[in-house]
Amino acid sequence: MTAENEATGHNVSRRELLKRVILGAATVVPASFVTGATSAQESFETLTSAEAATLEAIVARLIPTDENGPGATEARAAYYIDRALGDALAPSREAYSAGLAAVDALARRTKNAAFARLAPQEQDDILREMESGNTEGFTPNSSTFFELVRTHTLEGTFCDPHYGGNASFVGWDLIGYPGIRIVVTADHQRLGQSPRPLHRSAYDFERFVKEVLRRDR
Amino acid sequence: MTVRLEKTDVVIVGLGAVGGVAALPLTTAGLEVTALEAGTWLSRADFAPDELRNNVRGWPRSAQKANKEIPVHRPNASAPDSPRQSVHPMMNAVGGTSLHYWGLSFRLNPWDFKVASETRRRYGASRIPKGSTVEDWPFDLAELEPYYDHTEYALGISGQAGNIRGKIDARGNIFEGPRQRAYPMPPLRGTGFTDLMASAARRLDWHPFPGPAAVNSEPYENRAACVYHGFCSRGGCHVGAKSSTAVSTIPKAQATGHLNVVTEAHVIEISVNDDGGVNGVTYLKNGESYFQPAGVVLLATYTYENVRTLLLSKSKAYPNGLSNNHGQVGKHYLSHNTGAGVLALFPSSLNTWYGLPAQGIAVDNWADDNFDHADLDFIGGGNLWVYTERHPIAAAKMNTFGRAPRWGSRWKAFIKENADRWTGSYLQKTTFPYEENYLDLHPTVQDPLGFPVCRITADFKDNEKRAAAFIQDKMVQWFKEAGAIETVRQSIGTMGPTTHAYGGTRMGDNADTNVVDRWGFSHEAPNLGILGASVMGTSGAHNPTLTAQALAWRTAAHLIGNWRTISS
Repeated sequence: MTAENEATGHNVSRRELLKRVILGAATVVPASFVTGATSAQESFETLTSAEAATLEAIVARLIPTDENGPGATEARAAYYIDRALGDALAPSREAYSAGLAAVDALARRTKNAAFARLAPQEQDDILREMESGNTEGFTPNSSTFFELVRTHTLEGTFCDPHYGGNASFVGWDLIGYPGIRIVVTADHQRLGQSPRPLHRSAYDFERFVKEVLRRDR
Repeated sequence: MTVRLEKTDVVIVGLGAVGGVAALPLTTAGLEVTALEAGTWLSRADFAPDELRNNVRGWPRSAQKANKEIPVHRPNASAPDSPRQSVHPMMNAVGGTSLHYWGLSFRLNPWDFKVASETRRRYGASRIPKGSTVEDWPFDLAELEPYYDHTEYALGISGQAGNIRGKIDARGNIFEGPRQRAYPMPPLRGTGFTDLMASAARRLDWHPFPGPAAVNSEPYENRAACVYHGFCSRGGCHVGAKSSTAVSTIPKAQATGHLNVVTEAHVIEISVNDDGGVNGVTYLKNGESYFQPAGVVLLATYTYENVRTLLLSKSKAYPNGLSNNHGQVGKHYLSHNTGAGVLALFPSSLNTWYGLPAQGIAVDNWADDNFDHADLDFIGGGNLWVYTERHPIAAAKMNTFGRAPRWGSRWKAFIKENADRWTGSYLQKTTFPYEENYLDLHPTVQDPLGFPVCRITADFKDNEKRAAAFIQDKMVQWFKEAGAIETVRQSIGTMGPTTHAYGGTRMGDNADTNVVDRWGFSHEAPNLGILGASVMGTSGAHNPTLTAQALAWRTAAHLIGNWRTISS
């Protein structure tokens, strides 16, 4: 068998399998972000409820819901992080356990309440302390954990909705990203043009659904 | 127990950007070629426009041999190891990293082939950076031109010629050496942003030109034109418009009937005869061990793995590693000085969400020796490059130019307004080889098979730092002329694992200072050829891939013409 046949055979058999999987996946995947209103506590899979409450409170301050519209809460960034910690971000699971516990301990020590129960300005005080790296109780230090959460919150707010974040495309709409287009015209690239925002995941395009199969295998 | 396979004429280790080019002339000449590739075939369905997967998480991760042997860096021989990267800069697949590279396909400029002699002639020997081991290439640009031409047409490169047989065309790069004919395709289209930058460069009396790209600007052969969808960087092409070897030279080589592609083949050793010639390659596939005998071995992995494979292939004839009896394997290493970029903030949207990094505007006025260095404190320079393609996570991670905090409501208001008003630049600057910069095997860090990984000992020296500062000045000037309201200079960083890694098996006539001869064959093991930027002794100011590909074609052509004397 030549290499070319080998490659073709590989694809054909997978395509058949794919058709069956996609019928299910296509209905399941979008549903995960359409139902953005679901209580996050009900759907966390990796974090404990105490960890989830602290994380939700942090992401809500990093990218707040305000006069400029929805933030990380509506994007379901904490939900994205929770899912990813059981998957691609699994190596960070320990850092979250230790870090979130340290945030809460810091809040109780300095403000006499769990982080999630503090007023927004008090939460911001604590986050600024963490960012500066001067706070004790974190390994190796608080700024490392702050940067980790900030990085993942940005991912969860601006990623493809396939991953459970950027729910209802609130992240892309915030920064004016006009969305995934398979063909882009010269007009789309002119100064002063604002291409009409498209709200589609990469995996809403049938040509890329193979990846869904791999992920679910 | 190792399965001994039937002998083939040529075995190519690594069917990527360079192995995938060499396979075409070899098989067209009727030689039987077996290509051993650590990765698999990928199809268009693998190339989803997904920033998180491609750019943030370093797709593809699964079954990536490279990610299990990421080189470890330290800045110098007495410094501790730097934190290890989590993703290898290169990928394994048929077509290799040419599947997801930017595809910028510049030729080198004439000066890059004779940096040492030209610097001595124009400025005096004292101007060669202290500690540098730079040598002239064993030939000049004219010698490589026919192979650049073959490669550009076989792959499919779009671009605007600047010098056809000595006739200068100001629409292209006026500093390029003579080429025999135009590119096979016109350049990629411009955008509002690239037009803005080109106009500003002209006002400065510079010579902007659209960059040459391994991307179809119009249908080429049986492949579609680029659709500019904005996921080209670290993403494969879903319409087949990127001229990766996987869709150009490799299928053409397969059509000859002389190319046998073995995927998921993990090569662990090149074997030698008592006379010092090589006789084949041992590889692992699906838990089995195979020996593939061959008349000629072409090592075509990547700079780090080329060096590592040689150093791991020890024998009675080569106790310090294959082709290393002169102690030159791993020496003369350099990685392109591409840090020290410049970021710019503009007063209105640039509309660069779409496009691709190869859709841009270059300026070579400050590259190489295109300007007088008599009163400067460095040699060389850089290519200035601005381009399109912006992804949402990267846009949100933008530098705040000192105008906002890094989170909270004020930050959110800032990125809402400015996510599409900033841009970066890609500044490729001259890097010299130095005695102190080299590759070897790490004493303790191993891959899952227990083999040591490659260790990089390298850092930028004064010449590189001064060239970088000078080029940043020029880039700031260009952005300001185009209307930027803020600029930020990024740090030069250090020389960790990169996609632009050169040397380690340098090419030259002198066997005491070079691993391969002027044709790319080992000075010590005459039927071992080495392909890739690991044979290049200078970086120039342009992306390495096209030059490495032209050199691979030239090595293959030399092998075809001298088959009886080289093969065993």
